Amino acid sequence: MDALGADDLQAVWLTLKLASVATLLLLLVATPLAWWLAHSRKWYKGLVAALVALPLVLPPSVLGFYLLLLMGPHGAVGELTRALHLGMLPFTFAGLVVGSVLFSLPFAVQPIQNAFEAIGKRPLEVAATLRANRWDRFFSVALPLARPGFITAIILAFAHTVGEFGVVLMLGGNIPGETRVLSVAIYNHVESMEYATAHWLAGGMVLFSFAVLLSLYLAGGKLLKVER
Amino acid sequence: MNGAAAKAIQASFRLQLDGFALDAAFAAPATGVTALFGPSGSGKTTLLRCIAGLEQAAGSLRVNGETWQDETAFVPTHQRPLGYVFQEASLFQHLSVRANLEYGYQRIPAAERRVRLEQVVEWLGLERLVERRDPARLSGGERQRVAIGRALLTSPRILLMDEPLSALDTSSKQEILPYLERLHRELEIPVLYVSHALDEVARLADHLVLLDRGRVIASGALAETFARLDLPMAHFDDAGAVIEATVAQHDEAYHLTRVDFAGGSLWVGKVAQPPGNRVRARVLARDVSIATQPPHGSSISNILHARIAEIRDEGADKVNVRMTVGDAQVLLSRITRRSRDLLDLAVGMDVYAQVKSVALMA
Repeated sequence: MDALGADDLQAVWLTLKLASVATLLLLLVATPLAWWLAHSRKWYKGLVAALVALPLVLPPSVLGFYLLLLMGPHGAVGELTRALHLGMLPFTFAGLVVGSVLFSLPFAVQPIQNAFEAIGKRPLEVAATLRANRWDRFFSVALPLARPGFITAIILAFAHTVGEFGVVLMLGGNIPGETRVLSVAIYNHVESMEYATAHWLAGGMVLFSFAVLLSLYLAGGKLLKVER
Repeated sequence: MNGAAAKAIQASFRLQLDGFALDAAFAAPATGVTALFGPSGSGKTTLLRCIAGLEQAAGSLRVNGETWQDETAFVPTHQRPLGYVFQEASLFQHLSVRANLEYGYQRIPAAERRVRLEQVVEWLGLERLVERRDPARLSGGERQRVAIGRALLTSPRILLMDEPLSALDTSSKQEILPYLERLHRELEIPVLYVSHALDEVARLADHLVLLDRGRVIASGALAETFARLDLPMAHFDDAGAVIEATVAQHDEAYHLTRVDFAGGSLWVGKVAQPPGNRVRARVLARDVSIATQPPHGSSISNILHARIAEIRDEGADKVNVRMTVGDAQVLLSRITRRSRDLLDLAVGMDVYAQVKSVALMA
């Protein structure tokens, strides 16, 4: 009655899976984006930076609403996925991944961008005078020096995806095993007055989030010291 | 060595930056240290960065017969066989000292490796540093030595040094200068050395390219250019002549050493170098006085027979006098305008230059 049921564990598993996949994709998207934002002198850099930061200020339901329209049968992305025989994204796990990536983008881009900016041009110039080409410089100098930024980005993106609710509800609904993640499961339990089960899940979330932030600050302090 | 045929570096650059224009052309020989010298803001560093390809200026650059830049071509920095030592040491903080040293070494083809790690370690006294994990814990001078070693390990065809001592305190400077002098003797590649410190240039350079507000205002062999009265250096408080000399004789009783140069000899405080060794001496203009008669009863032991070649006013009360000693050696003297008039000094006169003090370098 009050312990966690199989569907709750399924929600926990789904949440971790969603957060892992989204974080991985976020790193692939955010790294080049952060590099470009850190080094570009194009006039439209501010525009891109503002777009990336938009999920920070938008209510998640607004983002979810527009994504639903965009990826739905009459949206541009929806028509594209249908033309590619990928089907419709809303109410699927893949749809949640796309929503999560966009929703958590600023949390991944900004720490990495800050880390790249903190490195400055000098180490890259030094590497160039030591025969390292552009890609070599990026992988042998920029990436390792930006490691603290990447660790922050990974932790923030993962934790932020675990905690999202609004985008999921608008875009994924409540399908067990497909889109019913932890936050939605908690909502369901509260709706049905199953407070004890809700406590288990919600309390677990509190502990998890605290542990993540604690590790972030402890590791952050240590990494900063190494950098000095 | 100073022949026009041996110009290994021919550079000409034009670059417009915010509030600063570089329009500089110069040539430098295939051996020895060429100093790019000038006040801050004169464009020395920018010029060096253009040579490295770190700055894209309009112009052309040929190094050792290869075109690195012209109207159509621009060889990117990582394809130029150069070594670059930055003002602050810029070691990679995420790598150990050894990994820093090997960074460039590993990136050149094995067939092009003409310098080995052990050699560089020996040259620069890195024995106790090479196994250190964290470059951030090295002293400023140690870091700069590692950075120089790291650059040399790419077996560069030219070494570019951007004020490598300016970020160091005096004791670190004194620690690193002997290593630079040793490189100067052992390296067979041209070195371009940016500096705004006259004493460093006097000590290390063989050739001088003088910059002011983005333009080259003079260039030539060090001793000649240093002694020109029409250049800004003549107004420095430490203006003076550079003398290339050979250790000739030690006087153990008085703890002195005689050094010979073309045109004369000087007694200096005893140096720890065997006879035959080349040394460089600097004689400041303010330490040289002039007599028209052979002085008697003077405490000054270095008196050289000289002929006045040029006299120029220096400020309201002084004049700079350029003299030749023997055929080739130049000596500067700074005396008051009144002394000049009292002694009736004029170009072509034979005089006695009394050298109060000689700074021996190397």
